Amino acid sequence: MSLQAYIDEAIAPHADRWDLDERIPRAVLQELAGHGLLGASVPADQGGPGRSAVAWGEALESIGEASMSLLSMLTVHAMCTHAVARWAENEARTEWLADLVSGRKLGGFALSEPGVGSDAKAVTTRFEEAGNDWRITGTKRWISASELADVFLVIGQSSQGPTAALVPRETPGLTIAPIHGLLGFRAARQCELEFKDVLVPQRWTLAGPGMGFSHVASAALDVGRFCIACGSTGLIRACVRASVNYARTRKQFDVVLREHQLIQAMIADMTTSYRAAHALWRQAAQSRDEMQPGSIMETTTAKYFAATACARAANDAVQIHGANGCGPDYPVQRYFRDARVTELIEGSNQMQQLMIARDALSTFATRRRR
Amino acid sequence: MTESEIRAKVRAFLEKFIQDQDFQDADNIFALGLVNSLMAMQLVLFLEKEFAVKFSNQELNLKNFHSVDAMVALLGQRGVIAAA
Repeated sequence: MSLQAYIDEAIAPHADRWDLDERIPRAVLQELAGHGLLGASVPADQGGPGRSAVAWGEALESIGEASMSLLSMLTVHAMCTHAVARWAENEARTEWLADLVSGRKLGGFALSEPGVGSDAKAVTTRFEEAGNDWRITGTKRWISASELADVFLVIGQSSQGPTAALVPRETPGLTIAPIHGLLGFRAARQCELEFKDVLVPQRWTLAGPGMGFSHVASAALDVGRFCIACGSTGLIRACVRASVNYARTRKQFDVVLREHQLIQAMIADMTTSYRAAHALWRQAAQSRDEMQPGSIMETTTAKYFAATACARAANDAVQIHGANGCGPDYPVQRYFRDARVTELIEGSNQMQQLMIARDALSTFATRRRR
Repeated sequence: MTESEIRAKVRAFLEKFIQDQDFQDADNIFALGLVNSLMAMQLVLFLEKEFAVKFSNQELNLKNFHSVDAMVALLGQRGVIAAA
């Protein structure tokens, strides 16, 4: 079965139910592993499926169209898996990577804390040296997929600065409590993680002590922003599709909605947003495939645009559906709630704006002679 | 590639981002606030692609990337520099 056929049959028809139940079954992720999606952030020479960023982005867009909760679970898994592939020492890489790529194990990404969001460098989780181990103490919150994840990439502070290490789910001292009643991404199995004197071997440190933010978290968030850019573009496509289908059948003032020019205007705007968002992530994907340094800012731009555009598109989709858009019979109320979350995760809109502006203030300045 | 060619490529890359201030090859571009934290990743991507190397975790220490001199020295240790 092709990936698109799988999405059409096994994901899209169930997304509203998963949203209501606040849970996506683990089996769905196992089946996506069979399509090579759980190791897609890993280069082929390290055991990944050898999928280009462009091809990966197309898959993520289709999954985002069907279920943004599922997209977010794939996102954090990709962030963790990419970090292991890029930064783990040989022993840790051997221990974890193959299982993460195959989907035998699921990864999570533990950065946010109850008191720490955008100012991510200020995390308070402590990494203290205990012989050859780290003793980890602290709390992480809003950790997607953590109800299912087998291993977490945890960012904390050691005496040498921000540090990242892998923590298996079953480690004594780690407790995991699901968070229910979320606005959006309700099926993404989010939890709060509490670390009480959790001991993990220092050999599971990624990129060395002190490099946890500048390299590990930054690179993981770059992967995350790419996933969210593509998924949010899929969510815009879902809004266009739902709005067009509704506008073709729903009658008001004796004509179908599509005959009303103000409805057409909203459909035109969301369609334009879809094409622009698609073009932006594809440009970023091509740069990622070429390992261009500019890919980081292109990805940030694509994420920022797609997140804001999908929030507008979902708002318009609800508007076109009227009261039906607020009820359980149409998926646009889910799109509306999920779209709002895309403006917050992997860096809020405001953090993306700061990064884009700082880059523009350098790269668009008229060159002066040195 | 000679050391001066490598130095010129590294400077040219940095000058795309540092437009308003002069900086010396020995200057710590992070400590001086000439670049933001994203530059650490961009520098790794740039150097690995441009000079066809893959840095180990030990080499990824920020002190190897904080100045033009440090990056040229790191590339020299990796055998990228040829005699002029």
